[in-house]
Amino acid sequence: MQTLEVKKEITKSKQKTRKLSGSAALLEVFLAEKVETIFGYPGGAIMPIYDALYDYQQKMNHVLVRHEQGAIHAAQGYARVSGKTGIVFATSGPGATNLVTGLADAMIDSTPLVCITGQVYAHLLGTDAFQETDVINITTPVTKWNYQITDATEIPSVLAKAFYIAASGRPGPVLIDITKNAQIQEFEYEEYQPSEHIRSYRPKPIIRKKFVEEAARLINEAKKPFVIFGQGVILGAAETEFKNFIEKSGIPAAWTILGMSAIPTDHPLAVGMLGMHGNYGPNVLTNECDVLIAVGMRFDDRVTGRLDKYAKQAKVIHLDIDPAEIDKNVKSTVPVWGDCKETLPMLTQLIEKKTHEAWHQKFKDFQKQEDEKCIYPEMHPADDILSMGEVIDALNEFTKGDAILVTDVGQHQMVTCRYAKYNQSKSNITSGGLGTMGFALPAAIGAKFGAPKREVIAIAGDGGFQMTLQELGTIMQTELNVKIIILNNQFLGMVRQWQELFNDRRYSFVDIQSPDFVELAKAYRIDGQKVIYRADLKNALKEMLENDGAYLLEIMVGKENNVFPMVPQGCSVSEIRLS
Amino acid sequence: MLKQEFTITVYTENQIGLLNRIAIIFSRRKINIDSMNTSPSEIEGIHRFTIVINETEEVVKKLCRQIEKQVEVLKAYYNRNDEIVWQELALYKVSTDQIVEKVKVERLLRKYGARAVVIRKDYTVFETTGHREETDGLLEALEPYGVIEFVRSARVAIINASSGFHEKLKEFEQTEPGELVIENEFLDKQDEVFSM
Repeated sequence: MQTLEVKKEITKSKQKTRKLSGSAALLEVFLAEKVETIFGYPGGAIMPIYDALYDYQQKMNHVLVRHEQGAIHAAQGYARVSGKTGIVFATSGPGATNLVTGLADAMIDSTPLVCITGQVYAHLLGTDAFQETDVINITTPVTKWNYQITDATEIPSVLAKAFYIAASGRPGPVLIDITKNAQIQEFEYEEYQPSEHIRSYRPKPIIRKKFVEEAARLINEAKKPFVIFGQGVILGAAETEFKNFIEKSGIPAAWTILGMSAIPTDHPLAVGMLGMHGNYGPNVLTNECDVLIAVGMRFDDRVTGRLDKYAKQAKVIHLDIDPAEIDKNVKSTVPVWGDCKETLPMLTQLIEKKTHEAWHQKFKDFQKQEDEKCIYPEMHPADDILSMGEVIDALNEFTKGDAILVTDVGQHQMVTCRYAKYNQSKSNITSGGLGTMGFALPAAIGAKFGAPKREVIAIAGDGGFQMTLQELGTIMQTELNVKIIILNNQFLGMVRQWQELFNDRRYSFVDIQSPDFVELAKAYRIDGQKVIYRADLKNALKEMLENDGAYLLEIMVGKENNVFPMVPQGCSVSEIRLS
Repeated sequence: MLKQEFTITVYTENQIGLLNRIAIIFSRRKINIDSMNTSPSEIEGIHRFTIVINETEEVVKKLCRQIEKQVEVLKAYYNRNDEIVWQELALYKVSTDQIVEKVKVERLLRKYGARAVVIRKDYTVFETTGHREETDGLLEALEPYGVIEFVRSARVAIINASSGFHEKLKEFEQTEPGELVIENEFLDKQDEVFSM
């Protein structure tokens, strides 16, 4: 193994060095990288690092979780709301393997993480030692980069690379596995040099002006242009640049689930969400627009539906920082490689100011149909049983769009993303690409640490909540002010919906029983209440939000409610069903 | 689009685990690697992978982008067979007695451009290089006399164009999003910037 050690041309003679253990060096690097919070769980092979951490408790915060999966989802939540890199500690073996789901989630949703795992002594590698697993090879497909350190002197340079790789370009998770001997080994620690260049790594492609000009020409000629945008706008901190672009061009804009909140949900040019449970107009009109401008999104199959019937009539302009995304799923007419923070202003400068009123009217007409056939029945159920949409609508009244909503995966997630209002970017935190049930509770914990001044509300279903409910213990111990809403339909609702619609109502193992969630919360010294009746909903939400600390609200909702509109699998986006 | 043989050339750092990172890009998509070779390249400290697969150009192009996305990969590009010169090396172990008695060894060696690497009382090892058909041809010729062992190497390939890798890269760069590797200021100054 050869490592690249960045040797800056600094006058070495004057440099101060001091003797540090590998573990202390790691924490010194963290201080230099301005790490504030670590989510972790100790164990045998990472004990020297935890021992060193004992002396750094005043300088950084460590959150003891209840399961390593909780740690990594918390780090994801932290990263997604703060824009900083999330940090995770786990021990070797089972500690490290418990990170895999979170790594895969962070990989597919482009979340910057640096995960440190302990490893057995270097001389024990490959001997099937206690708690030894081949973490590097297990995590290779789900990390942007990973590396095993067996010598303490590598720690500063490898960690510098790790921080640089995790956060630059298209962000992603990095895992550094450190053998126990390297954690203990002492060496002369020089002043930390952050990494700014790796010769084989090009985080940002070169912007080619001719493509920007070509894109502008297409946009200026377009009669029915349509903008679809994803998380790239948020990751690139290009919210303002994006807003300027759509406001000048006057083009209607729809978001992917992860792009949501990049512009306020009530922005006049916002037409809603794309995809399987997105809004009616954006889906249907994808197959009617003449120029489709995709910004920082990757044409996931949940967005495109059937690819061979997706926007075939349109010229496609694709802005993305990751060259591998261009032409991956949808062939682009004009590829605009680059960071959209840089490419969008170039494009904005070249386009003409327009309003596209007739074209906007089409979106409004579809919205009207959706309002009548979908949204009205969701908000005004015929019976006394609450619907999920009603709950989110009532919540909007209290949050006024200022809260961070962290959702799990399933029907409640789709309903929340359909009906939630947001005023600020980085407010809609959810597991998009991987669809990880159990994400919400730990991610909300991390989100609260990442944005302590903002209201953070976890919204989960009765199924997903039970996958990581042990993190209630973390909330108890950290006395964290996180609100939790469980939308309980007593089913694994999304699977049940599919079984109803496509499997002839053969409800195969979706009938899930739950504990008394309020009593459970009480056992963790968390206040809460259960809501069954419509009349109690708003008071309960108010009580929850006014409560000083954490609060759990279990809300009983219709057992067999379905989420509509819906693009059935194998169908084109324009075949979206309203009921 | 038709599937055909493509040779992918990848320039990389020398890093443990990178072979795996590259290999799983293929296995994840259930694509078989026909042959793979790693070796040093014309640039000091930079390794070169030569990978042969049978796929459509569309797929190969996407694979190259996925490979290039890896942090330690400098550049990946692909070629059709008519754009490269390539060779494979093969070794054949046969019984010396059999050969001496029954084969006109000299003619055989001339015909297949082979040579004897080892001649012992009990066996002889022949070696030849060439395309698949050529190395297969000698195998066929020797088979009636009993081949004790046979092994063939992965393909190694060099592009036809006289300008070599850098020029070819420039051509690719016209349609590709990255900077030119040749213009990378750090590439030739390895000793000043990096210590291995």
